[in-house]
Amino acid sequence: MRFDSLLDSLGRTPLVGLPRLSPSAEVRLWAKLEDRNPTGSVKDRPAFWMIAKAEKEGLLTPGCTILEPTSGNTGISLAMVARLRGYRMVCVMPENTSAERRQLLRMWGAEIISSPAAGGSNEAVRVAKRLAAEHPDWVMLYQYGNEANALAHYETTGPEILADLPGITHFVAGLGTTGTLMGVGRYLREQVPDVKIVAAEPRYGELVYGLRNIDEGFIPELYDDSVLTTRFSVGSKDALRRTRELLEQEGIFAGISTGGALHAALGMARKAVKAGERADIAFIVADGGWKYLSTGAYEGTLEEAEDRLEGQLWA
Amino acid sequence: MAIEVRIPTILRNLTDGAKAVEGKGGSLDELITDLDSRHPGLRDRLVDAKGLRKFVNVYLNDEDVRFLGGLDTEVSDGDTVTVLPAVAGGAADLPGGRR
Repeated sequence: MRFDSLLDSLGRTPLVGLPRLSPSAEVRLWAKLEDRNPTGSVKDRPAFWMIAKAEKEGLLTPGCTILEPTSGNTGISLAMVARLRGYRMVCVMPENTSAERRQLLRMWGAEIISSPAAGGSNEAVRVAKRLAAEHPDWVMLYQYGNEANALAHYETTGPEILADLPGITHFVAGLGTTGTLMGVGRYLREQVPDVKIVAAEPRYGELVYGLRNIDEGFIPELYDDSVLTTRFSVGSKDALRRTRELLEQEGIFAGISTGGALHAALGMARKAVKAGERADIAFIVADGGWKYLSTGAYEGTLEEAEDRLEGQLWA
Repeated sequence: MAIEVRIPTILRNLTDGAKAVEGKGGSLDELITDLDSRHPGLRDRLVDAKGLRKFVNVYLNDEDVRFLGGLDTEVSDGDTVTVLPAVAGGAADLPGGRR
């Protein structure tokens, strides 16, 4: 395959079967390898779409500063495009995200502003919104509310999956900005009667939630729960366990949030087996494991890895 | 075999500090009633006149029961039910939202 530039090589990622983790020949799991994108994550799709939209609308012109709250991957994608297009990039990210993500961001020239760990991604959003108010000339693309985020998946990820898996019965992805689930979910619902759209939501320990109260709850503007069929809450231990199973049984080296999606996919697979129904379940491998090596997720016992992950954001 | 029910820190005063208790029933509703017979007050913390309390999340094998059948969700031996206060459990706080 030949492309005019790295940006042109976005998408068209492989969908690979999981012969060992699939429960039977009638109930099969398929992994969409989004780590095969230009900067190594699914976030390249929304990042490229959001920048292209802002350029088209005249919001972004050469020399502009882009501001974005991000726990990593979106910032990395935006930083890469910003470097190629001549924008300054400022990321607001929680201080408890992995060292690799920070290095990658700086490598592509982004500036990082840390937000307190206790507030997680929500706090990063609040800090970014405050900065945007202080710097009206900065452009916040705002992945949580930017329709181009979901649209990228509606126009690319969804059609790619359906073309490769016409018999799809379930689509599973992690729930963050909700862009992947909203975009792919809407597309598949239009094309496939009764397709099930399944969210895997990360469940963190009390260290991460610590100090917040109910009034601070935050729902991304993109979120529409009518697109979802069901929603799983996946704890760190199960996410880690599934990430390791994917590596050990299928050879796929994925990030920890992928383990969360796999856990939900296996939950739906078990229900299909129990009901005696056939299923082709596609789930998103959001990124590779490289950025999480320093968390110790892949070393020692599961319990040790879980202890090391306590208090860290993994999705 | 029974159904394992994981109890959040904030409700462990009702279970003598136990992180998990066991119960039985054919539906979530029956399970909670069964638990309440040994841990009085638990039902009132989870359920009000309209069903599951707003700021309580209950998961059956990690799946949100609000997307299943709420209190009518069928449960069976070997299942794991996880109870979380919405504030500490994810649905209320994470990007992904509160309903």
